[in-house]
Amino acid sequence: MTILLVSIPTFLALTAIAAVCGLVGWFAVLRAQVFAVDAMSHFAFTGAVAAVAFSIDPRVGLFGLTLCCALLLVALGGRGRVDDVTIGIAVTWVLGLGVLALAVVARGGAAGEGATAAVALFGDISGIDTAHAVTAILIAGAVAVVLVAIARPLVFASIDPGVARSRGLPVAMLGLMYFVVLGGVAAEATQAVGALLLIGLVSAPAGAAHRLSGRPYRGMSLAVGIAVGSAWLGLWVSAEIPSVAPSSAIVGVAALAFAAAVLPERLRGRRRGVMGSAVPGPR
Amino acid sequence: MTSPSASWNPVWDLRQLLAYPFMVQAFAAGTIVAVLAGAVGWYMVLRRQTFAGHTLSTMAFPGAAAGLLFALPGALGYYLACGVAAVVLARRPDAHDSQGGIQSARIGTVQAVGLAVGFVLLAMSHGVLGGLDGLLFGSFLGVTDTQVWVLAAAAAAILGILVVVGRPLLFASLDPEAAAARGVPVRTLEIGFMLVLGVTVAAATQITGALLVFAVLVSPAATAQRVAGRPIASMVLSVACAVMIVWLSLACAYFSPFPLGFFTTTFAFLAYAAARWGRLPRRRAGAAVVA
Repeated sequence: MTILLVSIPTFLALTAIAAVCGLVGWFAVLRAQVFAVDAMSHFAFTGAVAAVAFSIDPRVGLFGLTLCCALLLVALGGRGRVDDVTIGIAVTWVLGLGVLALAVVARGGAAGEGATAAVALFGDISGIDTAHAVTAILIAGAVAVVLVAIARPLVFASIDPGVARSRGLPVAMLGLMYFVVLGGVAAEATQAVGALLLIGLVSAPAGAAHRLSGRPYRGMSLAVGIAVGSAWLGLWVSAEIPSVAPSSAIVGVAALAFAAAVLPERLRGRRRGVMGSAVPGPR
Repeated sequence: MTSPSASWNPVWDLRQLLAYPFMVQAFAAGTIVAVLAGAVGWYMVLRRQTFAGHTLSTMAFPGAAAGLLFALPGALGYYLACGVAAVVLARRPDAHDSQGGIQSARIGTVQAVGLAVGFVLLAMSHGVLGGLDGLLFGSFLGVTDTQVWVLAAAAAAILGILVVVGRPLLFASLDPEAAAARGVPVRTLEIGFMLVLGVTVAAATQITGALLVFAVLVSPAATAQRVAGRPIASMVLSVACAVMIVWLSLACAYFSPFPLGFFTTTFAFLAYAAARWGRLPRRRAGAAVVA
């Protein structure tokens, strides 16, 4: 299939993952918690290595550990909101456990296929077969349904937790649900396309979308659109310039989209003089 | 060589630990990194810039890849990568970005782009980077004399800067608006601190790998700020805690078959856990006003 540049399962899985990364990312940026997504990808790495080290099913290790750590983060944060220092401490410790698991793998002489740091970081989208693609699309679909269903209260709870709580919204519960969803997305994306693409597709398109529109549903659609567009364009770039790996090309395109969304405002702000005194205009 | 084993005699153990030059150098490098990271990390945690610190520490990868491809002398690649990332991260925050969401997205994007660039550079040089695992999870082992001296010089310079700008930086971190009103150059300090953080990470990651640096940057400082109230006491505690963590983990890693990264991060986490859930006084640093 030369039109798609990659095999059909790869294309479909990548598209689904990109779309759901954009959607999840929109909420991550709204809550100023992109670090949590990054953390989850490290948890997923540890889970994948631990599964190899203790010879359990890799999927169980990956999703189990990521979701457990997601719950741990929520517990550490309290009230469904976690600050960056707590995330940083949790990340280092879980990565340390991952290092231990790597050592166990190396000592056992078990073929650490698919569990090396390189694969977890940069992924290997050519390794996606039909079964992987079906899993990816199912998870993406489930995540999208859950997020859209709780979108309204979650936006409210993210913007102003205090008011939301006083209106009777289950703020902590919403935060917990969001983190569980995030854990699922991170685990799936890390094993399918690597942590690099996950963090790139979560932060850049959503950052651009928040810059371009302050309206929730339009912003979410923009984030999804930019993420999917970056994925497709990145595939094309990588096909044209073979020395650039697909994941790097996709991240590059997404970052350019973010820069393009941020720069005009910046230039206008400079002409206006002091940025801090700029009146928030219509978004 | 038989594998070392710990006895119950601390003097004998210590002599065993320092019997090999590589361990002496590991202790020297580890101590410098701990002192430096304990002090710089204290401000990083105070300013809630943990994500930026984490992103800077991952810049070790593009830094090493650039060094390999362009055959840069010494550790120039690390300083370049961290410097560029620090400049981007220190850009003026968005006017509408009151919650820091866009800044958070920007940090994530910088990290992704850095890793992507590193990946491309590595592919272009057709090189195998001496163990990606080592670069990320590293250790204090295999440090040369020259590296220790360069590290010591960088640490002395950075600590000197911190001594000079320490007070205004503290003020600017706690209450930027009041500091600006009093004529403190808040914006310059913001950029300057991000560069200091970048140089610290660059100096340390080339020796220790990304994970260890971040562990000693964040945990001792967070521990100290939970325990001690006054800034100076808290900072000293942070440095002491970082040094203890590094020494203990080096000793444990020497006498056990498990990797250093596991011990360092575990001790770091235990220290924080003790401060958070232990029966220690629950005062927060003067920082409490920020949170």
